[in-house]
Amino acid sequence: MTADTTGGPGGGGMTGGTTGAAGGMYGGVIGFEAVTVTYEDAAAPVLRDFSLAVEEGELCLVAGRTGVGKSTVLGAINGLVPHFTGGRLAGRVTVAGLDTRTAPPRELAHVVGVVGQDPLAGFVTDTVEDELAYTMEQLAVPPAAMRKRVEETLDLLGIAELRRRPLRTLSGGQQQRVAIGAALTAHPAVLVLDEPTSALDPTAAEDVLAAITRLVHDLGTTVVIAEHRLERVVQYADRLVLLTGSGAAVSGPPAEVLVDSPVAPPVVELGRLAGWSPLPLSVRDARRRAAPLRSTLADAVPAEPVPVPARSDPTGGPVLTARAVVVRYGPVLAVREVDLDLPAGEVVALMGRNGSGKSSLLWALQGTGTRHSGSVSVGGVDPAQVPPHRARGHVGLVPQTPSDLLYLDTVGAECAQADLESEAVPGHCRALLDQLVPDVPDDHHPRDLSEGQRLALVLAIQLAAAPAVVLLDEPTRGLDYPGKARLRQLVRALAAEGRAVVLATHDVEFAAAAADRVVVMAEGEVIADGRTADVLVASPAFAPQVAKVLAPQPWLTVDQVAQALTGVRA
Amino acid sequence: MSRLPRALHPGAWWLWALGLATAASRTTNPLLLALIIAVAGLVVASRRGDAPWAFAFKFYLWAGLVVALSRVLFRVLFGGGDTGHVILWLPEIPLPGSFAGIHLLGPVSAEYLLAGLYDGLRLAAMLICVGAANALADPKRMLKAVPGALYEVGTAVVVALSVAPQLVESVLRVRRARRLRGGRQRGLRALRGIAMPVLVDALDRSLALAAAMDSRGYGRGTGATRPVRLATGTLLVAGLLGICVGVYGLLDGTSPGWLGLPMLLLGLLVAGFGLPLAGRRVRRSVYRPDPWRLTETLVAASGLLPAAVLVLTARVDPGNLYPALDPLGWPGLPLGATLAVLVALLPAWLAPPPVSVLSPARAVAA
Repeated sequence: MTADTTGGPGGGGMTGGTTGAAGGMYGGVIGFEAVTVTYEDAAAPVLRDFSLAVEEGELCLVAGRTGVGKSTVLGAINGLVPHFTGGRLAGRVTVAGLDTRTAPPRELAHVVGVVGQDPLAGFVTDTVEDELAYTMEQLAVPPAAMRKRVEETLDLLGIAELRRRPLRTLSGGQQQRVAIGAALTAHPAVLVLDEPTSALDPTAAEDVLAAITRLVHDLGTTVVIAEHRLERVVQYADRLVLLTGSGAAVSGPPAEVLVDSPVAPPVVELGRLAGWSPLPLSVRDARRRAAPLRSTLADAVPAEPVPVPARSDPTGGPVLTARAVVVRYGPVLAVREVDLDLPAGEVVALMGRNGSGKSSLLWALQGTGTRHSGSVSVGGVDPAQVPPHRARGHVGLVPQTPSDLLYLDTVGAECAQADLESEAVPGHCRALLDQLVPDVPDDHHPRDLSEGQRLALVLAIQLAAAPAVVLLDEPTRGLDYPGKARLRQLVRALAAEGRAVVLATHDVEFAAAAADRVVVMAEGEVIADGRTADVLVASPAFAPQVAKVLAPQPWLTVDQVAQALTGVRA
Repeated sequence: MSRLPRALHPGAWWLWALGLATAASRTTNPLLLALIIAVAGLVVASRRGDAPWAFAFKFYLWAGLVVALSRVLFRVLFGGGDTGHVILWLPEIPLPGSFAGIHLLGPVSAEYLLAGLYDGLRLAAMLICVGAANALADPKRMLKAVPGALYEVGTAVVVALSVAPQLVESVLRVRRARRLRGGRQRGLRALRGIAMPVLVDALDRSLALAAAMDSRGYGRGTGATRPVRLATGTLLVAGLLGICVGVYGLLDGTSPGWLGLPMLLLGLLVAGFGLPLAGRRVRRSVYRPDPWRLTETLVAASGLLPAAVLVLTARVDPGNLYPALDPLGWPGLPLGATLAVLVALLPAWLAPPPVSVLSPARAVAA
């Protein structure tokens, strides 16, 4: 690729680029010109001949399935790709007139601010104020200016109360806002965010997104953001860059690009179904058009998201019974006298904000986590009273970071080890894995698998012990829409086999589609427990998009609406 | 002098504490040592903040107690105190073979025990003085005050300090997760099951941190030639070594005189050449640097004064600083040294009240 023949943007003295005929095309603050990125040992390039111009003040959303190169696009903007990651970048990337070929990331720190997926991993100092000042210190900003900018940024992001707090004591949403603030204090022209809300509950995600849109609207900052959960961001985006997976990309206004996108938020899918054009991007857009649809659906009754399973079987009592479970860490009460019954064949979504006790409850139910008082019984056995290898035969838990369970070199070795641990016939775990996701090669390293494949591997390892209860902690993290659809089928299949399944999740759309019952926790207590439709439709924070559009009618998912519409039309 | 709540320059607290520690090193008088510990404790109680490190002081107190008691215990264990007033008759156990000549237990005299206690008390007092500095000044803010030349070393230390708790967290998480898989292996195989995910996790984190630091401008524009780098490096290391040896010489009263103050001054001089040279290539600024005002000077001086008085007294008239145990008697309290140590109590009023970490506008109630 001979990128030098095409021109760069006019501004900036450092590029030395000649303004060619195509120069006008790339007038944006960020310019990708015919960029091809190939990582070492990779068979094919991640990006192929990728061109993009992002105008000043735009909010640009980068979307696509897992592994299509979203992080590569983001990393290339400030030169982390290829200066830090290695690999080969052909073509040219310019930011505010600087060429990333000659300027390594540190020399672009005053132009590009970067916020990573896990804010805690990127913190260099240990208190909020010091973190906000860090980049400015590197840029040798005079102390008086630094002081002023830190104060302004604290106010802009609403974190003034936290200024002296140690970073580790902040909640996830607060940490993410501090990370954004730390990038902002250097007054960069471009802010790059890689999945800023993936670990956050809906309310914290709203806070972070509100801060980001404020930057775009009030300060004119150019923002590039990658996000799996389009439903959270797409309504704010001016441009959607959809990476198709073949190394190419489609770029344009979101409503146009989403017409035939493989990844789309529920509100867009509803729009496609109802034939609305242009497609609605927000609940508000959709609701204003939905009156005819609502009257069409007025007499229809939403089907259960899934056929009512074995729980109607009168002989099957609850598989797991928990009474007055209390979990306490020092002075902190994580779970406060929770009662829970899990019938066979039912999928329960456990929801609630970060720190509401979801994970603590799951670990206590499994028997490995602490439980101060109360009782748990799975078929008459308390999983906390039997040794760990027996407990996992009753209750299987897939933790929030599934990779914690993996330690061998290949998928095959992990499966064989799981058979040994569960005293199952050799090949049992491998067969389970093939049922969950086919085509995971035996000789691959578990670290090289995609998020979805790794989750399936850990799930297969846990299922090898044939537990009657399966607990999944935040299973949708890092999964794209097709990945979530697959997980939903998988969870339903587990329930159909007569297991009880609990999903702790922030993902309301996933819960709406996959769960029969929703339990909401707050401050360690169960504050709502009921059928998915009853709990979710009424909740302002936890209602899925379809429910918000079609309220007061109790629809939860696009599939339900589609099913009803075929009924009405037939 | 301003009485507004603010954080005192960490260097002032460290000078104050090291001065007090030096004073403690020059005496075995239990009354004087107890006074020094009391002074350190009082100042900490009245001027520490509500940040996590401020509560580490009690661990130093415990450590001091352990040091003093173990000194006494060792004396009893290895015996040998049969001269003077024997207060404890224990059976003597001679060690066989290659340890011949050493015997355990045996008679214990009051003089012998007291000498051990005084010596232990001296170590404990020095330890508690250092603990007081740690409780009063954020150890990481101290790194902020180091000259630009040492900035990179400082960053490495800060990162390393934050890695340790993360590693512990990671080990706990993975150990818990291992039990989800049954985890019946023992020994090396079990170790692998924990070590692999933890190491992978640590590696991922350090890569993420390195990428973040690079993106945020760490190491910008440090284009220095090789000879310059070599020269500054040599000067800095030599200077710092000199300072360390000098401080050691000052604290250890038994080391030859040239190891103390002269070495310290020489180290400062060498580092003084190296620091500006190295600092020239670091272009960065410091956010809210701690100012050095009159209060800082006074606090530092109030700690250095007892050091000077006791070092001089030890040289001129050591009598009451090292109370004689033969004949056995109640140690006297030397007036000059006592007054000097009491001066170190002044920062409890001189120093401005610290600022609360949790609600920045308020001072921490003393």
